[in-house]
Amino acid sequence: MRRLIAVMLLTTVTPAAAQTFAVVGGTVALGDGSQPIAGGTVVVRDGRIVAAGGMPMKLPAGAQVIDARGKWVTPGIVAGFSRLGLSEVDLSAQGADDTTADGPFNAALDVVPAINPLNSTVAVNRADGVTRALVAPNAGKNIFAGQGAVIDTGADMDPITAPRKFQFVELGETGSRKGGGSRASAHVLFRNALREAAELRRFTAPVSATRREVPSELERPIVRDPNESRILGPNAGRSEDVLLTRFDAAALVPVLQGRQYLLVHAERASDILQVIALRREFPSLRLVLVGASEGWTVAERIARSGIPVIASAVNDLPAAFEQLAATQSNVGRMRAVGVKVAIGMIDDNDTRFLFNQRQYAGNLVALEKLPGATGVSWGEALAMITSRPAEAIGMGGEIGSLAAGRRADLVIWSGDPLEGSSAAEQVFIDGVRQPLETHQTRLRDRYRYLPGQRDLPEAYRH
Amino acid sequence: MSSRGVFAALVTISALTGCAALEGGPKGPPPVRINEDPYPSTYARYPGVPTVIRHATVFDGEGRQINDGTVVIADGLIRAVGGPELTSPAGALEINGAGKWVTPGIIDVHSHLGDYPSPGVDANSDGNEATSPVRPEVWAEHSVWPHDPGFSRALANGGVTTMQILPGSANLFGGRSVVLKNVPARTAQGMKFPGAPYGLKMACGENPKRVYGSKGNMPQTRMGNIALTRQTWIKAQDYRRKWEKYEKDGGDMPDRDLAMDTLRGVLAGKILVHNHCYRADEMANMIDMSKEFGYRIAAFHHAVEAYKIADLLAANGICGAMWADWYGFKMEAYDAIKENIPFVHNAGGCAIVHSDDPNGIQRLNQEAAKALGDGIRAGVPNLSEAVAWEWLSRNPAKALGILDKTGTLAPGKMADVVLWNGDPFSGYTRPERVWIDGALMYDANDPNRRPVSDFELGQPGEGDVK
Repeated sequence: MRRLIAVMLLTTVTPAAAQTFAVVGGTVALGDGSQPIAGGTVVVRDGRIVAAGGMPMKLPAGAQVIDARGKWVTPGIVAGFSRLGLSEVDLSAQGADDTTADGPFNAALDVVPAINPLNSTVAVNRADGVTRALVAPNAGKNIFAGQGAVIDTGADMDPITAPRKFQFVELGETGSRKGGGSRASAHVLFRNALREAAELRRFTAPVSATRREVPSELERPIVRDPNESRILGPNAGRSEDVLLTRFDAAALVPVLQGRQYLLVHAERASDILQVIALRREFPSLRLVLVGASEGWTVAERIARSGIPVIASAVNDLPAAFEQLAATQSNVGRMRAVGVKVAIGMIDDNDTRFLFNQRQYAGNLVALEKLPGATGVSWGEALAMITSRPAEAIGMGGEIGSLAAGRRADLVIWSGDPLEGSSAAEQVFIDGVRQPLETHQTRLRDRYRYLPGQRDLPEAYRH
Repeated sequence: MSSRGVFAALVTISALTGCAALEGGPKGPPPVRINEDPYPSTYARYPGVPTVIRHATVFDGEGRQINDGTVVIADGLIRAVGGPELTSPAGALEINGAGKWVTPGIIDVHSHLGDYPSPGVDANSDGNEATSPVRPEVWAEHSVWPHDPGFSRALANGGVTTMQILPGSANLFGGRSVVLKNVPARTAQGMKFPGAPYGLKMACGENPKRVYGSKGNMPQTRMGNIALTRQTWIKAQDYRRKWEKYEKDGGDMPDRDLAMDTLRGVLAGKILVHNHCYRADEMANMIDMSKEFGYRIAAFHHAVEAYKIADLLAANGICGAMWADWYGFKMEAYDAIKENIPFVHNAGGCAIVHSDDPNGIQRLNQEAAKALGDGIRAGVPNLSEAVAWEWLSRNPAKALGILDKTGTLAPGKMADVVLWNGDPFSGYTRPERVWIDGALMYDANDPNRRPVSDFELGQPGEGDVK
């Protein structure tokens, strides 16, 4: 009993203010696609990365030095597509699941009020090295699911890194189902929604940001809250023949203007090409493909479009008619012709198993040794679960790598992080060391020794 | 348990029962014997060549690791396992396994392949006869679609050579399971593992009470689950008594009941109980129930809280078939811990890594690697990769009643063998070749040794590495 308490005290770390520290001696992987560096150093000050790499570094005065010899050091894992923080329990547990709304609104939905940073899934994934997540709402009655956010998994009450960062829309099989029973119907709904948004657009302030492939940190598109915009004012007139509520139409104005990313879920090759074609019709859309299981069959066209892809890593079954050509080589083949690919958990236990991303990334490395398959290098595999998802939504300058100036989200691992047998030993978010204790670890410690002391029931072991 | 295959004809008039007439028993025709194997296996092993793998790291499935190991396969069987000193049969194919690993084929004790196949459309959804909570009369094999593309993924990516296909868990009594060899066939019979006993899928907890309670039917509660299950066993005992009396003494044949036939098989110890159960308290109830009615539980499946009663499971000789890290998706999975598998092992119990998933079945070795790492970090003693391999082949074979035939590399067993291109506890490793009964069913270097399901012919991606 005494032993357990001692262990708990050691592992209970109260989030403190960001410190100045250096992690030295570990195998450092930057998360930018480069290969790991033996004996590297990472220097952190005021919650940001000062420097990282294998070169000799002068440590800031007063820096705490963390010995990572024998360990691996990487940026925190970024969940490329998730419902993290939205569901405590997925089935038959009233009040515990906020993933899907089926009320009157769709595009206007903003996932932020549904995110609970104290959700146990946040802690479980934090304890496994996941530090940030793209969080999308689930589509309810409409093809538009609503606006997703980027969150951190820190043990504090301020999870939102970027609210309303993207709109999420279904334009594959799910889109067909939600959009009237046919893809044709879904596409008309989509175009009509943008038409209704265009009607409201004239009441908004002009867009000043210039468009580039990867905006610099300073020019990151700032998505103003559409729910508070002037487009909801009394002067904002609308046509008679509208389908969307004013709120929903207003929410699509930033999408139409390219101020908010549009994540589009499509798996089938022909669905993917329809998404690419939207570019011609709506040139200002900042599209990101989500899913893309058959992407490899049209990879060169995706590459030419420049549209990034957040893909499922290893789905290889014809689980639905929209993914007959699914193969674990999908990611590697798209990447090989220049598609910008990140890994996400698309409809794959997206509320809670984000920690599987690193296992899946390792599986893509395994394909390099498999005749006929196309894998990715280790460095690229890590990038696909760190910097690539951040870059897909224009946040590569903020999170996802150990480049100087990035937020200091880093993990010290017991070994190669792409091996499932390795564990996160220390996790930092914005330079703050995080507790790794969870409901699970507490239960583990309670039941480690059976039947245990019988002078009191297990309920007294805490 | 393994003599089920001897029942040949659909309905056999047994000569043995004629004794009753000689002893002056009741008049009338000799008792009718129920054929216990009316859908017999037609599986026959495919041709193989005598094969010797040398210089590999071998996990024999019984906790032993052999470095620079040799495995000799001939006539569909494991002939020898040992070091470099082993000699080769004449004309054997020699494979240099340096830098590679050899293991028994993985056995997934919990799969729905064929019953819930890909594509997952309503037309092919055949896993739950969710029309009554008591459906022991259905047999999973009668839902198995042998062309499910998932079988090939489990073989080529997962090194899975044997699977138990179970009915789903909507029902308290879900029906009979079937054990399959992962060898493609035109019929389910063509995949049936010869001589494997049948299983009975039972379920406790949330699923039955949700499925029926939501329709206003019993069970609506966990106490309803238990009551209805007990009531059914009482009927089964009665059925068994009537039939045993009839088979002994003759007389009027009792009414035949398919559901009761299966439960009678359980009570007679011929059919193994595979009990879907998450919570520790519910497993304890099911253990008591098995004693109340005189049957044995082979394994609790999912057993998310097995770690809370690992001592109880070990004492009762019940296996736990578990995930490495699934948690929280329903209330009864809320108390999952990542050390569940190693803690059950540590208590002296029979721990199994299972999938219940067409994707997870492709990575059972990686799931074992995660559980092993978590167990070692939690201080579980005497764990190693070689020991953890028991969770993937030996223990599932034990739970399925086929350990005398497969599950380890013991000489004389079926040559169900995987050659891995590296350490199978690494995510960077894939199967290189898979033998089933000594026949090479998968070779990563030979596209002609990769099964392509009927469904995938002519489709985009046909024959791809997947």
